Amino acid sequence: MSGTERTRTEPRRIDRLDDRLAADEGVAGAARAFGRRVRAGDLGALPVVVGLIIIWTVFQTLNPVFLSSNNLVNLLFDCCSVGVISLGIVCVLMLGEIDLSVGSVSGMSSAILGVLWVNHGWPVLAAAVAAVLAGAVVGLVYAQLFNRFGMPSFVVTLAGLLAFLGLQLLLLGQEGSINLPFGSTMVNFGQLVFMPPVVAYIIAVLAAAGSFATSAVIAASRERAGLTAKSMTFLALRSGVVLVLLLVVVWYLNRDRGVPWMFGVFAGLVLVMNYAFTRTRWGRSMHAVGGNREAARRAGIKVKSIYVSAFVLCSSFAALGGIFGAARLASSSQQAGTGDVNLNAIAAAVIGGTSLFGGRGNAFSALLGIIVIQSISNGLTLLNLSSSLRFMITGAVLAVAVMVDSLARKSRAAHGAA
Amino acid sequence: MTTTTESSGRPPSPPPDSQPVLSLHGVSKSFGAVSALTDIDLEVFPREVVALVGDNGAGKSTLVKVLAGVHLPDSGEIRFEGRPVHVTDPSTALGLGIATVFQDLALCENLDVVANLFLGQELSPLRLDEVHMETRSWELLHELSARIPSLRTPVASLSGGQRQTVAIARSLLLDPKVIILDEPTAALGVAQTAEVLDLIERVRERGLGVIMVSHNMEDVRAVADRIVVLRLGRNNGVFEATASNEELVSAITGASDNSVSRRTARRTQAAADATDPASTPTPTEADS
Repeated sequence: MSGTERTRTEPRRIDRLDDRLAADEGVAGAARAFGRRVRAGDLGALPVVVGLIIIWTVFQTLNPVFLSSNNLVNLLFDCCSVGVISLGIVCVLMLGEIDLSVGSVSGMSSAILGVLWVNHGWPVLAAAVAAVLAGAVVGLVYAQLFNRFGMPSFVVTLAGLLAFLGLQLLLLGQEGSINLPFGSTMVNFGQLVFMPPVVAYIIAVLAAAGSFATSAVIAASRERAGLTAKSMTFLALRSGVVLVLLLVVVWYLNRDRGVPWMFGVFAGLVLVMNYAFTRTRWGRSMHAVGGNREAARRAGIKVKSIYVSAFVLCSSFAALGGIFGAARLASSSQQAGTGDVNLNAIAAAVIGGTSLFGGRGNAFSALLGIIVIQSISNGLTLLNLSSSLRFMITGAVLAVAVMVDSLARKSRAAHGAA
Repeated sequence: MTTTTESSGRPPSPPPDSQPVLSLHGVSKSFGAVSALTDIDLEVFPREVVALVGDNGAGKSTLVKVLAGVHLPDSGEIRFEGRPVHVTDPSTALGLGIATVFQDLALCENLDVVANLFLGQELSPLRLDEVHMETRSWELLHELSARIPSLRTPVASLSGGQRQTVAIARSLLLDPKVIILDEPTAALGVAQTAEVLDLIERVRERGLGVIMVSHNMEDVRAVADRIVVLRLGRNNGVFEATASNEELVSAITGASDNSVSRRTARRTQAAADATDPASTPTPTEADS
């Protein structure tokens, strides 16, 4: 064969021996490969970014306050609670399952926080840990019902939706709401604590440098192993763009109060989950189980444990989101976690690009998706539109997102990439 | 060797190398009142392709599942490299060195080739060693002269033959001694079938014993060193690859006068009639 002969005369990358492959070297090659992926339906974050630009342009023209530093800081605060819940939703969607009870679990968790901390005088951290553990137990129960009795996750969590809403109401009792003390660390965390400007800039620089360092190390080790590697110019360029974007965002937010620590924690969780999904055996197993459960089982993956991990993570993140929400509102109330929380969390994950069909998803979809959802909600509130209209518009956006997901899936199938 | 050749089977010549890597003696398995396997004897030597053929319900799949550890045999003895073994579950089979590629391949279409090859046995679980996994994947596929353009595309974009290649390569990753292929060429095109048959030969050259279950006599004769026929759960002859189609078919169906031979006879008769220009008009004239 011509391919093998050529290796003898001139060195070729061992993953580029096949003549049928398009050679995508350097920066231009990376751009070509990106274009090809998008045409094949592997859209990645593209629809979200485009959608976000459209949404922001529309709201900014309708109300110039929308893109002000002050409003964007509020927007970031409001993202955190549902964003964290959505991070858990990504876990179950990855397996092709669903959790409809995240709203109720977050409400229950906020009730546990209020009761233990305010009514029983527990230390705030202990109360928060107890609330998250309660969430983990809920997830464990779901997983057992799913694994042992083969109940569809849809039904299990629908039952949970009602049950844990009841528990939330029971815990809160007659008054129906508990005010969390102003001035406490918890409430400050939800409303007042910002990164000092210098710290925010340092974190931005570290994030960009970190992304460059990790990808450069990978590229170098691929180079050593004789595999194709992304060119250093491309990596530097990419990290440079990330750096500039982050610096601009930090600078703009610092014109007002700055970057909320709560958002920083949320973003940190997203990064941790992204690592877990992409660079660990657990993440690989999650993708495998979501793609082909039987194949994963035969490959020796403990499928049931994977389901347990996903349900437990989802409910724990829901509980943590409930705590964030309580801190933001400085109260544990009967309304916490009700209304559109459930759907917003699921919508955020789907809008961000996690497939409802399982096997595809990433942690960043929670972050991107919740910014889209919260932008719409925030923009409509600024326009003084009633919640009836807000619900309808958010519903329409969710429908469009699922439509894009389905179409992209079809296109991937047509281009031979599930 | 204990061969129960009834009619036309020639005595098979075992390969020169020493002892069989896998041998079954008197293996039986029944499901309720149905005996799926009765007194099965089978031997596989290293560097040998044994084809397992038989009609529907002959017990091929049951035998494969017994060897893969999916079913436990009711009686009989399985020896692996001379030692008697109990294959109680799939992981025991894998641990011994018996790898099975089932017909549905069990690949994750959403994952790329490297991820599929190393599924469940990824290197360094907390910080996946993608580079090492990819280089080892390329080495393995090059040894097999497999032609897969890129290992970083999802398996969904591969052809049927390429998927079969990935599935076989994955089973080789654990360094098995015996590999069992269930209908490896079913649902493949002509070129792809040839690719897979080449691959099977290369697996044999690596010194493995190969058990290949197939319906396709042509493929069987193309690669097999010996052909083991099962009929109604019993051994029904061991043949060499040079055995004629009629011999095999009569062993498979259990009679020299069977539906296949009658059909062949009819067709040769019809062909003889058609080539006789005096009696029938040529088809081209009739069509136009």
